[in-house]
Amino acid sequence: MPFNLLKYGLSSEYPVEVDLPAPKELKSSYDVVIIGGGGHGLATAYYLSKYHGITNIAVLEKGYLGGGNTARNTAVIRSNYLTSEGVRFYAESVRMFEGLSNEFDFNIMYSHRGQLTLAHTDATVRSFRQRAEVNKHFGGRTEMIDRQQIRELVPSLNLDPGHLPVIAGLWHIDGATARHDAVAWGYAKQAAKRGVEIHQLTEVQELVIENGTITAVKTNRGTIKCGCAVQAVAGMSSQLMKKAGIRSPIQTFPLQAMVTQPFKPFLDPLVSSSALHCYVQQTSRGEVVFGGGSDPYPLLNTRSTLDLKESLLAHAIEMFPFLANAKLMRQWAGITDMTPDYSPIMGLSPVNNYYLDAGWGTWGFKATPICGKTMAELVASGGKVPELIRPFGLERFSTFQQVNEMGATAASH
Amino acid sequence: MKVMTCPLNGPRNISEFTYGGEFKQMPDPQTCSDAEWADYVFNSEDILGVVREWWMHNPSSYWFLVERHTGSDEILRTFDPKEVFNARVEFTAVTAKETAR
Repeated sequence: MPFNLLKYGLSSEYPVEVDLPAPKELKSSYDVVIIGGGGHGLATAYYLSKYHGITNIAVLEKGYLGGGNTARNTAVIRSNYLTSEGVRFYAESVRMFEGLSNEFDFNIMYSHRGQLTLAHTDATVRSFRQRAEVNKHFGGRTEMIDRQQIRELVPSLNLDPGHLPVIAGLWHIDGATARHDAVAWGYAKQAAKRGVEIHQLTEVQELVIENGTITAVKTNRGTIKCGCAVQAVAGMSSQLMKKAGIRSPIQTFPLQAMVTQPFKPFLDPLVSSSALHCYVQQTSRGEVVFGGGSDPYPLLNTRSTLDLKESLLAHAIEMFPFLANAKLMRQWAGITDMTPDYSPIMGLSPVNNYYLDAGWGTWGFKATPICGKTMAELVASGGKVPELIRPFGLERFSTFQQVNEMGATAASH
Repeated sequence: MKVMTCPLNGPRNISEFTYGGEFKQMPDPQTCSDAEWADYVFNSEDILGVVREWWMHNPSSYWFLVERHTGSDEILRTFDPKEVFNARVEFTAVTAKETAR
């Protein structure tokens, strides 16, 4: 056995597969510069190289790949939104997630679980009915279920937490989860294979805009010219937009989450309650993930606070009382770019050849594949906005055409 | 818990307060353009640095101004709005015809 292993190690027949090539020097110019090496930026690079034959692309990441909010979200995949625009967009994303592991030849640990949202008031039941109908109509699978069905789906759930008994549930059959950083790695691996250059530790410090058109970006490793640029820097979107001289409606808040020690599998669906400001899921490793709403006031920092954690956990324990004895293993915060209508900002910007992928608040991970695909279409066509993302343009805030997803987003993930 | 000093009630837990948004000048709704109004209503400065913002102490419904660093979450100063609003504002009645325009 040791000899076999030694032979394998020395053999040239089984070379170690390199997922990402070693970093190179920056070129002086690229057709497309993508700012931000998270899921969205890497997905955009991947689909540009796959569907549009554009490979002279640099993805610039100030830290390491998928080290920002791609690795800080709670990895919820769902499409049970309220508006037709939202449902169409996210439903396509959910469908794309299903095939990603095969497409990447890299396991993203996609796990189809279903997502259950709890209603504690009559008003919520009414809005759930609307969401179920909109979802069915635009290609998702969602239905209303009663207490008995909830009990069967999640036997460990306390149906009468304190002052808020559960009345009904919104059962989203398409709900799923996946390993979030693996999604970024999979896109990176396949994009790099097609010739996309990925530069980590490369921070964009300034944008060079001449006559209203972006021509170059200044980084800590020198200036590079670009045909066009895409910004995909969730958490810092408003700051980068300022460098481009663009007014934005984004306000930036931290969002705190945590995981417990691992348990035997007890919780299959993802469970959330907007009245209790909490969502709970069990990962494939058995850890229980808790997340809540964003912090109550803006901050561009990933600090955590004990008081928010306490109130979030108090609610989580109301839902799953036996978790009161669980030990927390890790806790962290991400930074969320909140827009006034809880929908993203995608598409053109007031600067020519500068494309926006911003305002991803608490809903960015689930949109990664469709976002990459549509942004790639936008870039490849030289600025023709795809139908699917037309409602999410920045201009909606000056033409009063918001896409209101607050009820389907806030704290229910 | 983080403590904020209310200009009226003294040092209190931050959970007793509600954030009320960036402090900004409101354009005159009677004379400004739709674009100016939309900019005021929706757009944010979202500054990374020291900001001036509205806060309210919930139990006393008292509104005041805060200077806070949005990178370090350090509260630098809290003060009564009369420091900024030091002149009397005269409101002229708007006729129904004008408001319905």
